[in-house]
Amino acid sequence: MRRVLKNRLLWPIGALVALIIVNAISRPSFLSITVRDGELYGSFIDILRNSAPLMLVALGMTLVIATRGIDLSVGAQMAISGAVALTIIKDSPTPNSLSTIAVAVLAGVALTLLFGLWNGFLVAVLGIQPIIATLVLMLAGRGIALLITGGFITTINSTPYAFMSQGYALGFPFAFFVSLGAIVIVSLVVRRTALGVLTESVGINPTASRLAGVRARSITWALYGLSGLLAGFAGILYSSNIMAADANNAGINIELDAILAVVLGGTSLAGGKFTLAGTVVGVFIIQTLTSTITFLGVPPAVTPVFKALVVIIVCLSQSRRVRQWVRQLWQRLRPAAAAKSPAAPTQGAVA
Amino acid sequence: MSAATPVAQTRLSSLRKLIQRRVSWLPVGAAVLILILMFVAGQSYFGRFLTPRLLSSLLVDNAYLIVLAAGMTFVILTGGIDLSVGAVMAFTGMLAAKLLSTGVPTGVVIPLMIASGAIFGLIVGVLVNYFDVQPFIASLAGMFLARGLCFVVSLEAIQVKDTTVLGLQSVKLGTFEWYITPTGIIALLVIVIAAWVLGYTRFGRTVYAIGGNEQSARLMGLPVARTKVLVYVISGICAGVAGLLFTAYTAAGYSLNGIGTELDTIASVVIGGTLLAGGSGYVIGSLIGVLVYGVIKVSITFLGADSSWTRITIGILLLVFVVVQRVLVARGSRR
Repeated sequence: MRRVLKNRLLWPIGALVALIIVNAISRPSFLSITVRDGELYGSFIDILRNSAPLMLVALGMTLVIATRGIDLSVGAQMAISGAVALTIIKDSPTPNSLSTIAVAVLAGVALTLLFGLWNGFLVAVLGIQPIIATLVLMLAGRGIALLITGGFITTINSTPYAFMSQGYALGFPFAFFVSLGAIVIVSLVVRRTALGVLTESVGINPTASRLAGVRARSITWALYGLSGLLAGFAGILYSSNIMAADANNAGINIELDAILAVVLGGTSLAGGKFTLAGTVVGVFIIQTLTSTITFLGVPPAVTPVFKALVVIIVCLSQSRRVRQWVRQLWQRLRPAAAAKSPAAPTQGAVA
Repeated sequence: MSAATPVAQTRLSSLRKLIQRRVSWLPVGAAVLILILMFVAGQSYFGRFLTPRLLSSLLVDNAYLIVLAAGMTFVILTGGIDLSVGAVMAFTGMLAAKLLSTGVPTGVVIPLMIASGAIFGLIVGVLVNYFDVQPFIASLAGMFLARGLCFVVSLEAIQVKDTTVLGLQSVKLGTFEWYITPTGIIALLVIVIAAWVLGYTRFGRTVYAIGGNEQSARLMGLPVARTKVLVYVISGICAGVAGLLFTAYTAAGYSLNGIGTELDTIASVVIGGTLLAGGSGYVIGSLIGVLVYGVIKVSITFLGADSSWTRITIGILLLVFVVVQRVLVARGSRR
């Protein structure tokens, strides 16, 4: 029991379960999953599908935050990769051939990988604060995306491209497999090699880990590259969902959602220890929250108020001062509780 | 001789002090240089660029940004950051438009705008200081809260018909060529007050001390906690004033106003030579940073280029300045 209580994932999972229960009570249809032509439909499935771009971005963000960094440019990078991919497909004579799609996706993702490495260069080599280093690309990135699309919203018709976020495979949405694949690959790379531990050591003390022989600079650099790469894939998924490259709105505010998901999952913004599983739960919390708010009939524009409340509650629960208050309150309450039920411990002993 | 050496030393040290003082002004000088270069380039390229009308409109069109940048300078000087300013500006504007449309007198609405800005600043400041929330996250929460509350006030834009508020922008003082509106005067007044507070009051020097080294400031017995909350309150107040100026400028309250303004503000402050690590920078620099931003915007309109180039240019300029600052700081710490 104590081990369960001490688990860092307890609070995030508890919050997610609470949200699901609230949903299940307020609309029974929330839990139901229907099978149509061997494909699954339902609110749950929607959450799995719609959370895919945020999942990709949040995974990269977790690792960047673990190095004491932050990546504000992910939303802009999403816009760039979508713009590149859709421009290539639009200009090609065969928008439905798989090779065209492959070239388009690879080009988009390769470009964001380069931009991610550029961020890493600024942070790891030049030593610029991560917030500002990535702010540069956040400002300029959407402008670049607008230049690529020529200031228009590029729309395309391409069945295989649409499949990536709208299609189904083995009964589940294809996008779900993309995010699942990303989770598996990233956790394998990070946890089955020393990379994860090295990342944590860089986050906890960059100087000490460098002196201990950890290549702090290369690791930080590579992780910003990875964040860019994942943001690129997220941009592809996003553009495939709406079949349009909207440079102004693609991935807008996703960096904030991703940071929120990482923090909700229990990774501290101060860097160091991180949990990918927590981030996954955090992403589902945010996606469920969004879906709940939409269902409750609140205008989607008011969503930020709820997010603000969540951020404030989470931050307060992590703050030392509040924890101290709670502990004091708990200690003041415990003697009273013990006096009220003296029989409880003996019962436990007998059992 | 024993008397002459200390004199020589003090003279030398006072010279060194002067140089050091100049070093902290160096980034501001660089910003001024860039501004002049842009004026010269614009004049030689467009021919009729450097006109009195353009210079006047530069101040008037960016009045709200100047006020925001002044408030942001306080926060960045302590080593913090305030992402909530754009949303708070939109919220106060929205609130004002709503109240004015229901017939509340202007004399009540304007203090209310500034007070609501201050409350947002207070929330962020208390979160940062008493609950150890990182400034980035705390002000992010403030931004979400303000942006969401905008939509609670109204989903649609609300037109402002109040003559006092509109008069802030429409009254043009001066000649046809050189003019200034009350909004411009307010912006300049805010700059002067902010510069005075930072340079010549106990509070202002404490702000610099905290940015230089918070631990030392605390050990010196300076009121660190109070000051750190107050800088966010000041930034909030500035956002409230900016909300007034922006409402006068656009003649409407709209929930989507000022999206991304926080980034423009931060970029302007950094271009103006304030170190993001805190402890070094001037309000005058922020004013110049905003003017640089304004000139870029105007030049891109003159060129007829796509407006997305504004953001790209600002991004590049921000990058250049941050790298230069980095080099300066590295050299300073090596010494």
